[in-house]
Amino acid sequence: MANALINVPDRARRGEIIEIKTLISHPMETGYRRSQLGARIPRDIVRLFVCTYNGTEVFRAELHPAIAANPFFVFSTVATESGTLAFQWTGDNGFSATETATITVD
Amino acid sequence: MNGETSRREFLAGAAAGLGLGAIITVRPAHATPQEMQEAIRKVVGSAPVTKGRVKLELPPLSENGNTVPLTVSVESAMTPAEHVRAIHVFTELNPQPEVVTFRLGPRAGRARVSTRIRLANTQTVTAIGELSDGSFWSATAAVVVTLAACLEDA
Amino acid sequence: MSGRARRLPIALSIVALTGASFAAEIPLAERRSGYELMSQETRAMQDDDTANPGMLGVLEGGALWARKAGAAGRACADCHGDARQSMKGVAARYPAYDAALKRPVNLEQRINVCRTERQQAPTLAYESRELLALTAYVARQSRGMPIDITADARTQPFLDGGRAAFYRRQGQLNLACSQCHDDQWGRKLAGNVIPQAHPTGYPVYRLEWQSLGSLQRRLRNCLVGIRAEPYEYGAPELVDLELFLMWRARGMAIETPAVRP
Repeated sequence: MANALINVPDRARRGEIIEIKTLISHPMETGYRRSQLGARIPRDIVRLFVCTYNGTEVFRAELHPAIAANPFFVFSTVATESGTLAFQWTGDNGFSATETATITVD
Repeated sequence: MNGETSRREFLAGAAAGLGLGAIITVRPAHATPQEMQEAIRKVVGSAPVTKGRVKLELPPLSENGNTVPLTVSVESAMTPAEHVRAIHVFTELNPQPEVVTFRLGPRAGRARVSTRIRLANTQTVTAIGELSDGSFWSATAAVVVTLAACLEDA
Repeated sequence: MSGRARRLPIALSIVALTGASFAAEIPLAERRSGYELMSQETRAMQDDDTANPGMLGVLEGGALWARKAGAAGRACADCHGDARQSMKGVAARYPAYDAALKRPVNLEQRINVCRTERQQAPTLAYESRELLALTAYVARQSRGMPIDITADARTQPFLDGGRAAFYRRQGQLNLACSQCHDDQWGRKLAGNVIPQAHPTGYPVYRLEWQSLGSLQRRLRNCLVGIRAEPYEYGAPELVDLELFLMWRARGMAIETPAVRP
């Protein structure tokens, strides 16, 4: 199971813009490196990161090898209602990871 | 051997005979500013790209090209009527020009995203903001990339 | 040779020629962590626990701490309980003398002694994900605490061995660690600032490695950098040098998991 660190505020006022930080453990092998024997090390990256808020997509990132290892994103969303923020990463070699966080909006 | 074999790759092959098992980072053929323009064309089509409204924050001097912090923001009220649909980031000298595309929308509240990118050498990074009215805006930032003084290779 | 590879030996040989025999320890009041010499962006990466990639290792270490392992089916937690209490201050005292082995051992070796003797599990290899995660988790419990290494009759000979290595010229570039890290710290070497080389934040997330790494990995890098044969992981020479470097950094705060370029 992949390691991830999520930072979402526990509570927020309705309409407030909240900042979300996500960090996931992944080498993001570019596919451009070669071993000592000259063989290309195959690409192995996270390709997609999606954040949904009570099921509705609110942020998406389409990654390429130029995103640094252990992909890190800071983005914002409007606190509309209490509920669950879900984070999904998918990538090469069937990579898939999910994390969730709950938020109370008053 | 194909035409891309460099002196460094030849030495790497020779060194393999010494049983050294480390991975070396051979500088790959890199993209050109032309390829970056083509990649941008694929995104914007024939629409004009206007400098402005986008702010790209990168350190002018990066301590290590493996991890360069980047923040990109676009001026927008982020309402359903007028908002940023996407932000696209490109480089001109990395092996490939595309870095990342962020898809936003009015629920973002603010068009401002941060991440960490890789830069293969000193170069200029370009960010394109795509608005809901179909217009495209851009900003660039130049970064000097230094490498660690004592590389591993052992 | 590329421009960068050509500059480095020239820069280092200039340092070697002017280095002479300064060999003067940095006064306690002038000691600075590598943190202070980094760019503001890299410092920000270290300061925020939700943005520090080294914290991913700490998180993983916490999971490993609770996981049963080996023929004994024991977890670290079974003997040591909550690491936040039991491991507080431990990393600040390592390398520490091991009575059975009759020499100092570093934190990685100490963890492996527990692995083999208490858990009946195989040792974890240096730079393996698990050993880095566990070491980072244990060391993180000492964050903010001052490094507490004092020499006593048992450890003095090993400390002296480490000190001798620090001041000894070696490698094809014939350089001693002290020539850069005592005499030229704060100046630039091929575009990077030379730190004083205090191991306050190990295992460290080094941007160059794009992962956590141990102090021994960093020391081996340095040895390769001055074109000396690097000691194997776990070699007593490296542990002696670790002991000296931690003693040299006594009183400075642990920063694990630090971020460094």
